[in-house]
Amino acid sequence: MVAAPTSSVVELTRGDFPILAQEVRPGVPLIYLDSAATSQKPGVVLEALDRYYRESNANVHRGIHAFSERATAAYEGARAKVRDFIHAASAQEIIFTRNTTESINLVAYAWGLSALRPGDEIVLTEMEHHSNIVPWQIVAERQGARVRYIPVTEDGLLNLDAYNQLLESGRVRLVGVVHVSNVLGTINPVAEIIRRAHAAGALALVDAAQSVPHMVVDVQALDADFFAFSGHKMVGPTGIGVLYGKRDVLDAMPPFLGGGSMISSVTLERTTYADLPQKFEAGTPAIAQAIGLGAAVDYLAGVGMEAIHQHESALVGYAMQQLSQIAGLKIFGPSADLRAGVVSFTMKGIHPHDVAQGLDSAGIAVRAGHHCAMPLHEKFGLPATVRASFYLYNTSGEVDHLVEALERVRALFAR
Amino acid sequence: MDLYHEDILDHYSHPRHWGILSPADIDHEESNPLCGDRLRLTMQVKDGKIANIGWEGDGCAISKASASMLGEMLIGKTLEEARAIRKEDILERLGIDLGPVRLKCALLSLKVMKVGAYGLAHWNEAER
Repeated sequence: MVAAPTSSVVELTRGDFPILAQEVRPGVPLIYLDSAATSQKPGVVLEALDRYYRESNANVHRGIHAFSERATAAYEGARAKVRDFIHAASAQEIIFTRNTTESINLVAYAWGLSALRPGDEIVLTEMEHHSNIVPWQIVAERQGARVRYIPVTEDGLLNLDAYNQLLESGRVRLVGVVHVSNVLGTINPVAEIIRRAHAAGALALVDAAQSVPHMVVDVQALDADFFAFSGHKMVGPTGIGVLYGKRDVLDAMPPFLGGGSMISSVTLERTTYADLPQKFEAGTPAIAQAIGLGAAVDYLAGVGMEAIHQHESALVGYAMQQLSQIAGLKIFGPSADLRAGVVSFTMKGIHPHDVAQGLDSAGIAVRAGHHCAMPLHEKFGLPATVRASFYLYNTSGEVDHLVEALERVRALFAR
Repeated sequence: MDLYHEDILDHYSHPRHWGILSPADIDHEESNPLCGDRLRLTMQVKDGKIANIGWEGDGCAISKASASMLGEMLIGKTLEEARAIRKEDILERLGIDLGPVRLKCALLSLKVMKVGAYGLAHWNEAER
């Protein structure tokens, strides 16, 4: 029997998230276990957005006037904070996008359409989110390239022997891998995967949407060529995401979108492009959201990413232990020590939608469905699963409520 | 568990008209890619009226209960009468108020019936 973990992280941070004091319905407090879909936001992030619009709103990189300079300083300040947070070598390697999906599409279109040749191969994994599958299918079809997949084992791990075999073709140009699975919670050995990709002459892209919010990441130590993540999953606003890319790789790529801000000079005949990162930031960016992301990064760094990871690790271990007591409940993915704060499961004879609906009646927000990972669900022979995901503000008491509510759902359908 | 009243649980646990008819005059299957729900509906038509119904599928309690209830509503109806069944009729029969995501579960059976019986190419929940 694992004791319910206690944590200073949650005691220190819970009160910072105004929404967690809300009731779903009168008398039913919110228990939010859907942070893998989007996280809640602390007051400091909400205030940063509000303050920007009230006190500094102007376009960036354009005006000579005071407010434009103030807005530009805040926007570029956010970029510097993100650089520190993921340990990039330069702020010029931090490109602001809309979200992880757009970051991956940027690479697929800008790099893929110029670099891929017929017969080239892209290696992905069977546990990718659709956002790291579909752009590559689109680009591969246009270029006559081929997408291949590292298989997932029964325990929800990547089969790295099969990966070696895929690399032996000698035609692999890029390896794309999810750092932490949004369904299984698996923390993949990306440093090793990247090392092997480089040894085979391929670039490596990491979908870090579920890792950057939850653990210490160091893009230089990992040696990733591309690293994509979203602000809204890391206590920041929606509408802002990040693509990190190594400077020499980004410099060699043509632009993705054309327009304002991304140019050096334009004549009616031709355009020369701006330096990084502006080359990849056409048009007015999401200024307030970038500043909000900067505040989110400050907030997370203040709590400490290692402390957050430890808190979630203890919580997911406790949740897996408690959930496994429920008759007919099956958990997918690896043991708690190999995963982040995500638990996906099914209940015998009860559709995941019905489980989620039953939990909603108890004020508990989870996700039910394929979580944008249909190939992975097909692999496990499931149309859908129920997913509970945890973050720094979740408590072991909330896990207990989840377990009690699941017992009630089971009883309702067992009659 | 306010959504799951006795009637829905009963139709879910004991679906009426379960099983595929062969031969069938109308035989159609649809799925909801968002949640993996799948429903196949078969009907035998005699003298212009729906004489027999049989269906099978995978899905949540809402989607299966609605298919079971729709089957009961359809027996003995002419195809014209069947066509006149609307979203509101299904929701009234289910007796629950649903958000947009669960609405797709509730209306999958109606979609299968209408697309199968009338070959409607476009399905818009707001209109049907």
